[in-house]
Amino acid sequence: MASRIVIDPVTRIEGHAKISVFLDDHGNVSDAAFHVVEFRGFEKFCLGRPYTEMTGITPRICGICPVSHLLASAKAGDAIMAVSIPPAADKLRRLMNLGQIVQSHALSFFHLSAPDLLLGWDAPPADRNVFGLMASHRELARAGIRLRQFGQEVIEVLGGKRIHPAWAVPGGVRAPLGNEGRERLQAWLPEVFATVRATLALYRGTLPAREGESRVFGDFPSLFMGLVAPDGTWEHHGGRLRFTDAGGRIVADQIEPRDYRDVIAECAHPSSYLKSPYYRPLGPEAGMYRVGPLARLNICSRMGVPEADEELRRFRALGRGAVTSSFHYHYARLIEILAALEYIERALRDPDLGSAELRADAGINSRRGVGASEAPRGTLFHDYSVDANGLLTGVNLIVATGQNNLAMNRTVAQIARHFVTGGRITEPMLNRIEHGIRCFDPCLSCSTHAVGHMALHVTLLDADGKVRHEAWRD
Amino acid sequence: MSFLDLDEFLFEVAEAVELVCSPLADGKEYPSGVDLCLIEGAVCNEDNLELARRIRARTRLVVSFGDCAVTGNVPALRNVLGAGNAADVLQCAYVEHAAPGGAVPPPDGIVPALLPRVLPLHAVIPVDHYLPGCPPSASRIKAFLAPLLAGGAPRLEGEQLKFG
Repeated sequence: MASRIVIDPVTRIEGHAKISVFLDDHGNVSDAAFHVVEFRGFEKFCLGRPYTEMTGITPRICGICPVSHLLASAKAGDAIMAVSIPPAADKLRRLMNLGQIVQSHALSFFHLSAPDLLLGWDAPPADRNVFGLMASHRELARAGIRLRQFGQEVIEVLGGKRIHPAWAVPGGVRAPLGNEGRERLQAWLPEVFATVRATLALYRGTLPAREGESRVFGDFPSLFMGLVAPDGTWEHHGGRLRFTDAGGRIVADQIEPRDYRDVIAECAHPSSYLKSPYYRPLGPEAGMYRVGPLARLNICSRMGVPEADEELRRFRALGRGAVTSSFHYHYARLIEILAALEYIERALRDPDLGSAELRADAGINSRRGVGASEAPRGTLFHDYSVDANGLLTGVNLIVATGQNNLAMNRTVAQIARHFVTGGRITEPMLNRIEHGIRCFDPCLSCSTHAVGHMALHVTLLDADGKVRHEAWRD
Repeated sequence: MSFLDLDEFLFEVAEAVELVCSPLADGKEYPSGVDLCLIEGAVCNEDNLELARRIRARTRLVVSFGDCAVTGNVPALRNVLGAGNAADVLQCAYVEHAAPGGAVPPPDGIVPALLPRVLPLHAVIPVDHYLPGCPPSASRIKAFLAPLLAGGAPRLEGEQLKFG
């Protein structure tokens, strides 16, 4: 008999979710779906508030990547004032974003995913967590915890607190980097470099044995999207959008983030309320794209820092053109930690970070402002519209996790089909399915606190798959 | 996530407690006879409400952890929209900001219905302790947990009792 198995809740992720696995009459997997079960409604209750409050409100969407919302919100505010912020303020915002990449990626790898990778899929569920890791791999766990702590420390040194700092504002930032904080971070760098190098070596060593797994953990062709510098170098805060395909070829490049609606549209399937963003010129099938660490490493021409560039070469050998398995989000995440540390080391030598010129001031000079930044899990857009007094008339937040929704669904279905047969479901099988979600390190608080508003394409298919009706909205 | 900012103090926590249910661990069922539960977040939907009640029935000490649990905080901003706010925010996200033919996810037993108003935790279950902050800093969490782990009662005062 056809049936449905629900994994509730999905654990070791940020946010609240369930997974349904649908079985056919023979007990084989016919499909799987990923459900996000929290909803807040920021795009409604922020209306009528001053846009300057958004740097305080939107980081509360999430405790894991609040800095992403803080920075995207501040950038949207810069655009409403139509100012270029002082160079030192831009450098300081970048430094905070790098700190966040380190802390969030370390959390994803060590606290959430390493229990599967190091203790094994079949380890007893009661041990399969960061505390189990602390018991079995004490030094590695401690090093991972301290690596995350370093990233949090970068944020705290700049913003005064680790989570929800009120620091970046429209026009710039409120405080420079002090000497004491700079020296503390510099003294800590050798330890965190050693941690990430050792972890990369350990992880690389496990890859040959994981080749079979990587082929069923969400391995499929798709486009990849993220920000890159004008010369194609890896970006995390400035730059413009680039799309590449599964063969590694550039599909679109240097698109201004404010024009995102020209390249991103969403399709809705009549059988589901899940909306799936896609690269508009290619349509909903061929236009599916992924964002986040895997995408950023696939789209960039180089990391721009020596050690991470060396590692990028090894990473690229895992694919032909692009690395297409979602399992390799983990490896990409570790490489991004290394790159972030190299960039942090470079930034800490820059005397500009102590500058007193940190904030531009202006009135309302543009009725719409878009701010984009690379959150740890992918490209984040804040798109605000205001009236003449700066009160919000429209709020749209396009978050990374939403953009990966289609890929996450395809990943859990691929894993479920591979491991679940004959209707026999075991706990370790379910854990593998959940791990498919962990690969993406989704931030579910973000994904439904904010629902995007993009050009939309609806296709109604009949039972033979023929298109019955199409509708567009720009 | 602020809990993880305890950093290496986590090793001491790990020695002193047995973690039975957490977003960080894989136990899916909340067991009976639990000594202490830290509950974060406002009560926004039917699932939250049901879980809060289940936890209360099975737990000796319940802590309202963070400003959202203590006051409702940012999630409760939708209450300001008045009666019908739950329908309004869903309408905004899934219909006005969505497709032609967009619709609010239907009740299907998977996606929980929103409550008419977002509530602080103590409005739905009795709470033994409050730990404010958005989020409570690691030092505040530590100051709160250390006496509990030693068998005493937590006592926060002054600087440690601020919101935000």
